[in-house]
Amino acid sequence: MLDIGFQWQKGRLLAIYGPSGAGKTTLLRILAGLTTTDSGFIEVEGETWLDTSRRINLPTRRRSIGFVFQDFALFPHLTVRQQLEFALPDPKNKAIVAELLSLMELEELHNLRPALLSGGQQQRVALARAIARRPGLLLLDEPLSALDDEMRNKLQDYILSAHRHYQLTTLLVSHHLPEVLRLADETILLENGKITAQGDPAILFAGRTITITISKNP
Amino acid sequence: MIDWQPLWLSLRLAGITTLLLFFIAVPLSYWLAHSRQRWKVAVEALVSLPMVLPPTVLGFYLLLAFSPSHAFGRFLDHYLDTRLVFTFPGLVVASLLYSLPFMTGPIIAGFRGLSPNLRAASRTLGKSDRTTLIRILLPNIRPSLITGAVLCFAHTIGEFGVVMMIGGSIPGQTRVASVAIYDEVQSINYSLANHYAIALLSFSFAILLLVYLVNHHFSTSSTLP
Repeated sequence: MLDIGFQWQKGRLLAIYGPSGAGKTTLLRILAGLTTTDSGFIEVEGETWLDTSRRINLPTRRRSIGFVFQDFALFPHLTVRQQLEFALPDPKNKAIVAELLSLMELEELHNLRPALLSGGQQQRVALARAIARRPGLLLLDEPLSALDDEMRNKLQDYILSAHRHYQLTTLLVSHHLPEVLRLADETILLENGKITAQGDPAILFAGRTITITISKNP
Repeated sequence: MIDWQPLWLSLRLAGITTLLLFFIAVPLSYWLAHSRQRWKVAVEALVSLPMVLPPTVLGFYLLLAFSPSHAFGRFLDHYLDTRLVFTFPGLVVASLLYSLPFMTGPIIAGFRGLSPNLRAASRTLGKSDRTTLIRILLPNIRPSLITGAVLCFAHTIGEFGVVMMIGGSIPGQTRVASVAIYDEVQSINYSLANHYAIALLSFSFAILLLVYLVNHHFSTSSTLP
């Protein structure tokens, strides 16, 4: 059960950090309108997306969001280029597609289907597809959890690059502390469905106690 | 001398039924695969009923329904100048009911086999459910669509009980191959019956072979090189 409330500003990258089962993905899905909640209120830049007391619930497709799923959710039958063209409201606007392919360094892969792409490549396609419509809110659900460390670092670059280039408002769910420290302007700590702390990640995590034990060789 | 008309009639019946059922079964299967309404189970059971019901039971109730001495049949006769009993259109209607589960079964399985995130992703990209169905879901369940169509076609070809009840074995109208075999056996024309039977047997085997080949092709072509 989730019991939370928070606000943050346009243009910033907010990280939601917490252990498995804390409710991070549920929160993201509620924001996207993919999961329902009995009681809630969501307002984004003056537009009410959810208000259960007034029975307002804007369907997912009318919310200005971009969503990157943990399993990427790329469409198996479409090439990289076709995924992006599908995302656009006006598929004839080739300029946006070209720009995204360039930003995510996907030009060489534009004609390939997801089955032929590596995990990191698929993730870049998923990210490009999510931002194609210049969403008001970019939601990233543990986007890098399926990747090894080296790929993780590279992909973090792409996320930051996209966030800054398009001046997006981004919400990133992660249980990877270094990632949160590196990417987030602000962090929310979610534990058992409740927010237990909120603030600048450097300060938030500085207050935590670290215990290190090194044993002597016998 | 073999009369090709019953075989041609069977093919026509199966072809028209399959085509019509495709447009009925896809939206119905979509709803059954995705709906969370509790009464959907009842619909699912109703749709699957022809698979377990003796064909003569279905045929009997259709006979009553189509008969001009009952309400529905009378309505058709009066307002649409149509009779469904002992006519080819009547066979089509009966086949639509009888073969429906053979089309919906594979398609529902196909939909359920897709990751739910595909539909969710399409919604996050601002697409309607209709666009999602046509441009994302259907292209990814092609083997299921083919299997459904082929099974429906083959099952309709082999229909006998229902056809006997409401068809009347009228040459050129309702005397399909399965009924022709029965007639010829009744008249002790075993040779002719055998011709029809072999034609149906070969055709059914070829259909099944096609289904398995298609499914094999799709399952092997999706592996990485």
